[in-house]
Amino acid sequence: MLRKIFPHPYLTILLIIIWMLLVNQLKLGSFIFAIFLATIIPIFTAPYWPDRPILRNPMAMLGYLAVVIYDIIKSNFIVAGIVLFKPNSQLKTAWVTVPLDLRTPEAITVLAGTITMTPGTVTADMSGCGRALLVHCLHAPDPDAVRDEIKTRYEARLMRIFE
Amino acid sequence: MDQIFEILIAGLLIAAGIFGIVGSFGLIKLPETMTRLHAPTKASTLGVGGVLVASMIYFFVFEGKLSWHELLITLFIFLTAPITANFIAKAYMHRNLTPKDMPESNTARGWATYEDEAETQEPLMTKPKRP
Repeated sequence: MLRKIFPHPYLTILLIIIWMLLVNQLKLGSFIFAIFLATIIPIFTAPYWPDRPILRNPMAMLGYLAVVIYDIIKSNFIVAGIVLFKPNSQLKTAWVTVPLDLRTPEAITVLAGTITMTPGTVTADMSGCGRALLVHCLHAPDPDAVRDEIKTRYEARLMRIFE
Repeated sequence: MDQIFEILIAGLLIAAGIFGIVGSFGLIKLPETMTRLHAPTKASTLGVGGVLVASMIYFFVFEGKLSWHELLITLFIFLTAPITANFIAKAYMHRNLTPKDMPESNTARGWATYEDEAETQEPLMTKPKRP
């Protein structure tokens, strides 16, 4: 019964939060309207989302977020330094293959997004079977180190959250 | 007291402006499309972030109310920036590179961008559970 009214509980919570942020005020009226919208939108869009991710450890998300934000700030300084002070001839760009242990599409999406947002790396492609990511590095004297860092720093954490 | 916050906000805005300029400069200076992708996706994140934090502090200190729109803007940037970068990278690979320029994927199949459409099949991922 509860499943019928809230086919996607996480989506409902997310919609309430986003609506409240959009309204920018803590008012009872907008909260009720937020609940109304967050109830009917998942019901009408449920046919498009037959499956859903399982979050095994939602609290670990916060730790992951902290690590990523720290890395984004760090990467900004590193990339700014490379842009300003490194001549183009000294840039060592590299393509790196990152084999994946993650198997759920949501986890792989989060990992790919994280790689793009952090130090000098952009996710360019995925292998057809979904078992490896192709990553482009702006400046990587040691491509293997980049791969190992992605695997230990991000993928291991995501494994704990999603799988 | 107010002056401390004014200096803090001004400092944040200046730092954000510097990162914005560096990001745009990287777009001119770096040699080719793939490397150019790095400058705007990174250096400008902190540029935008600095402006947003400054705006939140300003509204909290001088207008006396918490403003949450900035958090939403951050969220949407984090959602859209990686996808844009991925699409540009894929388009570039398609037009200018061949599978020979790429490292091996070391898996059963090659990179998705170069796969023949006729043999397209589902990736081998675990399906999320149905409720």
